[in-house]
Amino acid sequence: MSVLVYTENWDGKFKKISFELVSYASEVAKMLNTTVTALSIGKIDETELKKLGNYGSQKIISVFNDLVETLDNQVYTNIISEVSIREKASVIIISNNNTGKALAPRLSVRLKAGVGSCVSKLPLNINPFTVYKKTYSGNAFAHLVIKSDVRIITLAQNSFNLIETENNAVIEKADVTVNSSFVKTKVTDVKKQTGKILLTDADIVVSGGRGMKSPDNWTHLVELAEALGAATACSRPVSDEGWRPHEEHTGQTGKIIAPNLYIAVGISGATQHLAGVSGSKYIVAINSDKDAPIFEAAQYGIVGDALKVLPKLVSAVKEMKK
Amino acid sequence: MKILVCLSNVPDTTTKIKFSEGSSSIDTTGIQWVINPWDELSLTRALELKDDPANGIKSVTVAHVGPVSSEPTIRKALAIGADDAVRINAESPDAYYVAAQLAEVIKKEQFDIILCGIESSDYNGSMVGGMISEFLEIPSISAVSGIKIESGNPVITREIDGGKEIVTVPVPFVAIVQKGISKEPRIAAMRGIMLARTKPVKVFEPVTVEPLTQIVVFEKPAPRSACRYVDAENPAQLIDLLQNEAKVI
Ligand SMILES: Cc1cc2nc3c(=O)[nH]c(=O)nc-3n(C[C@H](O)[C@H](O)[C@H](O)COP(=O)(O)OP(=O)(O)OC[C@H]3O[C@@H](n4cnc5c(N)ncnc54)[C@H](O)[C@@H]3O)c2cc1C
Repeated sequence: MSVLVYTENWDGKFKKISFELVSYASEVAKMLNTTVTALSIGKIDETELKKLGNYGSQKIISVFNDLVETLDNQVYTNIISEVSIREKASVIIISNNNTGKALAPRLSVRLKAGVGSCVSKLPLNINPFTVYKKTYSGNAFAHLVIKSDVRIITLAQNSFNLIETENNAVIEKADVTVNSSFVKTKVTDVKKQTGKILLTDADIVVSGGRGMKSPDNWTHLVELAEALGAATACSRPVSDEGWRPHEEHTGQTGKIIAPNLYIAVGISGATQHLAGVSGSKYIVAINSDKDAPIFEAAQYGIVGDALKVLPKLVSAVKEMKK
Repeated sequence: MKILVCLSNVPDTTTKIKFSEGSSSIDTTGIQWVINPWDELSLTRALELKDDPANGIKSVTVAHVGPVSSEPTIRKALAIGADDAVRINAESPDAYYVAAQLAEVIKKEQFDIILCGIESSDYNGSMVGGMISEFLEIPSISAVSGIKIESGNPVITREIDGGKEIVTVPVPFVAIVQKGISKEPRIAAMRGIMLARTKPVKVFEPVTVEPLTQIVVFEKPAPRSACRYVDAENPAQLIDLLQNEAKVI
C-alpha cells in the first residue's frame, strides 16, 4: 500500500502547491501507516526532484519522454494510473487546479476510484474513508465518504501548511511506454505572459470593483499591489466593462483563488464574487458603504472613499518596507 | 457534426443554503432552480456555432440526469434553442453515476462534440466531463475558454497558468468549458418558448451503476471573526495589523 501524490512542474520547477501536496500526502500516509510516493511527469532535474523529499516523500518517480511535453489528458491518465497500480496506491492526491480537474475524473473511471474534490482538510476518518469538501461555492462543506478501495483527493490550493521533515528520498526514473498514435490532442500555439505574478499563485491579491469608478483610478491600486508584491484582480462587472483584463475576473464565473490576503477595494461582496475568494485566509474590505456585505466576510475593514484611502495605504506600505 | 450539451440544474446562485433535519441533505423548499451557469454558456456557444452554416453543425442536443421534476430545466434549454433533449430518469447520487449514465446515452445516440461545464455550482465537483470521456475512451480537453470550427475541424482554446494554448483534436471529444466560452447566456424568446413545447425529449431509464461516494453530512463554514475597523484617516494602522497581528505581509 502507499499514498501517491502527483506533483506537477512548471518549466521544470515546482511551486509552493507542489510542496503543500506532498506535506498533505505524508500526513495522510501517517494516518494509514504507509509511505508516500511522489510522481513527476515531464522534464525536470534531480536537484528539483529531491526537494519533494523535504516534505516527506520517501520515493520520487520521474517520468519523461517527448510525448509528455504538453498535457494530453489520456496520456497523463495512463501514466498516473500505471504508476499507481505499480505502487499499490490506496490514495491518490492531486491539486484541485486546472490540471487536477482534468486528470482526476479520468483516473477515477480508469481505476474505479471515488473522488473527493476540492478537499481542504485531512481525512476526517479513514474507516469509512471520509473527506471534507467544499460544496455550494463555499456556502457549505460536506463530509463525503469514498467507498472504493482506491480513493482520489483533489486538494484545494493554500489549504494545507508546509511540513518539513528529514529528507531520505530515493529518486527513480521510470519508463512508462506511451505510443505516439495514442496522443490525440495537438497544441498548435502557446501564448504566455512572463514576469507577472500569477493570480492563482499569489499570496496577496489586491482587487478592485465598480466602486473604483473608472479604469484610470487603477494607478493607485496597481501601485499598492506592486508595493506588497501582490497580484491584481477584479470583480466581474469590471472585466465585463473592459476596465481590466478578463484574466483578473474572480468569482463563481471567473477564477477561484485562495490567497493569504485578499484586499477588496470598492467591491460590494455579492455571493457570486465571494464564491471565488472565500477560501482566502484574510479578507480586507475598503468600501464607502458601511453596510456593504463584503464587511461580513472581512476581518479588517476601512469605511471610506477608496480613491482617498489607496494613496495613503501605498505610503504606509512603502514606509513599512523601508 | 452533432453537439451534445450536458446540463445540470442548481439552486439559483444567490440562494441561502439551508439544511434538512440531520444535515444530510439540502433543504430544497423555496429553492429556485436554474441551469448551471457554465452549462448555460456552453449551450449558448453551441447555438452560436450552429448559427453559422459554414460550421456544419447539424443539431444541438441537451442531456440531463434527473427526475421528471427537473423537466422545466430541459424545457428552458429547448426554449433557448436546443433542437432536442435527452433525460435520464434518475436522481444523481454522485458524479460517477451521472457520468456513467450520460456515457451510455452518448454511445447510443453518437455525438461529435460533447460540452460540459467546469463545475456545477452546487457540488463543485469538476468531474462529470472528464469522467464521461474516460468511460467512452475519447479525448478530453479541460479549461476550455474558446471553441470554433475551422474548415470542418474543431479548434480549441485552453487556459493554462499565465496564458492560453490552441489545441486541435479529432472528434468525438469532450470539452470542459469555463470563462470565455461565450460572453452572455442566450435567453429564451417568446417564439422559442412556444416551440419548446413540441420539441422531442427522449427519456431513458438509468443503467445500473454503483456510486463511489456519498455525502453523509453537511456543515456550514466556520464563522469568520467579526470585522475590525480601521479609521479611514489612518490606513497605516491597517498595514500594522496585517504585518503584526495577521502576519500576512
Ligand atoms: C450567475 C452569476 C454569476 C456571477 N459571477 C460573478 C463572478 O464570478 N464575480 C463577480 O465579481 N461577480 C459575479 N456576478 C455578479 C455579482 O452578482 C455582482 O453584481 C458583482 O460582483 C458586483 O461587482 P462590484 O462589487 O464590483 O460592483 P457593485 O455591486 O456595484 O459594488 C460596488 C461597491 O463599491 C462601493 N463604492 C462605491 N464608490 C466607492 C468609493 N468611492 N470608495 C469605496 N467604495 C466605493 C459601493 O459601496 C459598492 O459596495 C455574477 C452574477 C450572476 C447572476
